[in-house]
Amino acid sequence: MAEALLSVRHLEKAYQKNVILKDISFDVHKGEVVALLGRSGSGKSTLIRTLNGLEPFQKGELTFAGQTIVPNAATWLQLRQKIGMVFQSYDLFPNLTVLDNICLAPTKVAKRPRAQVAPEAKELLASVGLAEFAQRYPRQLSGGQKQRVAIVRALAMHPEMMLFDEVTASLDPEMVRGVLDMMVDLAKQDMTMIVVTHEMNFARQVADRILFLDDGLITADTTAEAFFTAPPTASAKEFLASMNF
Amino acid sequence: MAHSGIDLLFQGQNFARFLQGFGVTLRVAVITLVIGGVLGVVLGALRTLNNRPLQVILRLYLEIFRIVPTVVLLFVVYYIVPQVFHLEMSGEMVAIVTFALWTGAEMSDIVRGALIAVPKHQVESAQALGLNRLQQFRYVLLPQALPVALPGTINLATRIIKTTSLLLMISVMDIVNVGQTLVEANGHKHPAFAFWVYGIMFIMYYILCAPLSWWAKRIEKQRLERSNG
Amino acid sequence: MDWTVIARSLPQFTAGFWLTLKLSAIGILGSLIVGALVSLAQYFKLPGLRQLATVYIEISRNTPLLVQLFFIYYGLPGLGVKLSATVSGVFGLMFLGGSYMAEAFTSGYNAISKGQLESGRALGLTNVQLARYVVVPQGLAASVPALAANVIFLIKETSIFTVIAIPELTNTALDLIGLYYRSNEYLFVLVVAYAIILIPLSVGLTWLERRVRYGTFGN
Repeated sequence: MAEALLSVRHLEKAYQKNVILKDISFDVHKGEVVALLGRSGSGKSTLIRTLNGLEPFQKGELTFAGQTIVPNAATWLQLRQKIGMVFQSYDLFPNLTVLDNICLAPTKVAKRPRAQVAPEAKELLASVGLAEFAQRYPRQLSGGQKQRVAIVRALAMHPEMMLFDEVTASLDPEMVRGVLDMMVDLAKQDMTMIVVTHEMNFARQVADRILFLDDGLITADTTAEAFFTAPPTASAKEFLASMNF
Repeated sequence: MAHSGIDLLFQGQNFARFLQGFGVTLRVAVITLVIGGVLGVVLGALRTLNNRPLQVILRLYLEIFRIVPTVVLLFVVYYIVPQVFHLEMSGEMVAIVTFALWTGAEMSDIVRGALIAVPKHQVESAQALGLNRLQQFRYVLLPQALPVALPGTINLATRIIKTTSLLLMISVMDIVNVGQTLVEANGHKHPAFAFWVYGIMFIMYYILCAPLSWWAKRIEKQRLERSNG
Repeated sequence: MDWTVIARSLPQFTAGFWLTLKLSAIGILGSLIVGALVSLAQYFKLPGLRQLATVYIEISRNTPLLVQLFFIYYGLPGLGVKLSATVSGVFGLMFLGGSYMAEAFTSGYNAISKGQLESGRALGLTNVQLARYVVVPQGLAASVPALAANVIFLIKETSIFTVIAIPELTNTALDLIGLYYRSNEYLFVLVVAYAIILIPLSVGLTWLERRVRYGTFGN
């Protein structure tokens, strides 16, 4: 198998005396979609946040695109241009229009000319059916529309990998579909993705692999098909039974 | 030389007079807080009632005391009240009346804010349990409103203490006035003396106000942390 | 109430009115600058400056303007620093107002949700970029109500300038009362003068608060 895009080795994180992540190791290959599953409090959100430098960790090693990550501010500033992240609470900047939200990082961080970024941003918006919202403010959008803009905002940086942290958890049920469809399309375009989600059907159909976290430990690392047809641990079985899908 | 000034502060009765002034300041502040506080709680509770004319009157009262500077209010009471009511009032009395009316206005807003911050369904569920209005107030509203009102009330107390510095203007021998008198008596011989007198005054006000400010900040932080779960 | 007394005093009151406005404007502008610098030193935890800012806020907020003015006007000459009454007044107002403005800005910055900062970081924004495009625009909007309250507060505080004989509104009224013993008339004009400044201002600031709030956050 080709070299992994991201590899995590023996990652440990504690918050004061609480150990949240214990000896986490896994690889993600280019084009792969990995779903992180687990109960709330299992550490999955913490794990995905450490992969973008939003949470510090105490032990272990991260490698991205063949480079070992030295976990300091400067490195993360570099890496965040290559790793996009979308959050549960959308967090569009309310003081900027939709278009300005999308253009901010490409022009200010990647220093690309706005004349080049803006048309591309509009195209991306059009591709998810939001062309007419470019000049509106986030407050004029529904939750589902905001989340789709947040994904576009991250994609505008041309990331090599995308992290999704429970992106549909705050949405009204009728809004979930549009956001998930967008993620399915991304997967089809071979985007490398790590997805923390409670949408089991989505995980089953779209994810190549499932990582199951239990109390800070990865207790299963297997294909989606295997995970859902024959849950490898009692805990995973219980979890799936409780999800009601 | 600066240190030639500070000696004067401890000569004769100087420091004792300073402390006396400090006592007057403290007395006016405490009496104001008690009277104004009670007035404010009553008015604040009244402002949560659904009575239109009462709302308008109390709101007007608050706005007048918010718009007119306290110095001006002080002189209005100082000059007008003795004329209109044919009352002889000491300077300290004038100050207490003015400051208490002002405190009452500010306090009413704090109390009202705290009372309406208690979610409506809290009162409704108390009603559903059969509590009468007084019981609703005593057991449901008050315990929940108190922590909300406390930081603002403590901050108001520091504002009252600082406002007592105005006592000087109507010739009450408060701490500032004592300092002023001392400077006038000795300042021409020792220019640095004024520096020390006003420096000490700074410290005395700071000693009175700072612990209250810290306390208000601390409980506000605790309350916010608790309400965020 | 004798209206001719009032009419005859109007030239003095007009002069006091403009002086109150002028000193308020300069003092408030200075307070905003001091407050912005102090709040940024605290927000970005600049070493040294941050502790200095904390000490300044502590002293400024826990002492009365009257004592601050006396210290500047009568106390500092003991150290060889002699300032005119007007300059002392403006400096005093800036010293007091700076800490109030700083706390208003700080509360605005703190009102920005953690998610806003994280999504900015996740996009690769540096701290300076985060401040410029996220923290400052949103924080300013969130601090407008507190800033507006401070503006009103500081204008009212200029009435204390009378203790160092700056001929602003309150000083004008007290001087006239001392000369002619017409307290009713002069106090009436004084209250009306403050109402003329503060009522339209307070209505205007409330309108501004709503506009800014809607413009930035949509509610």
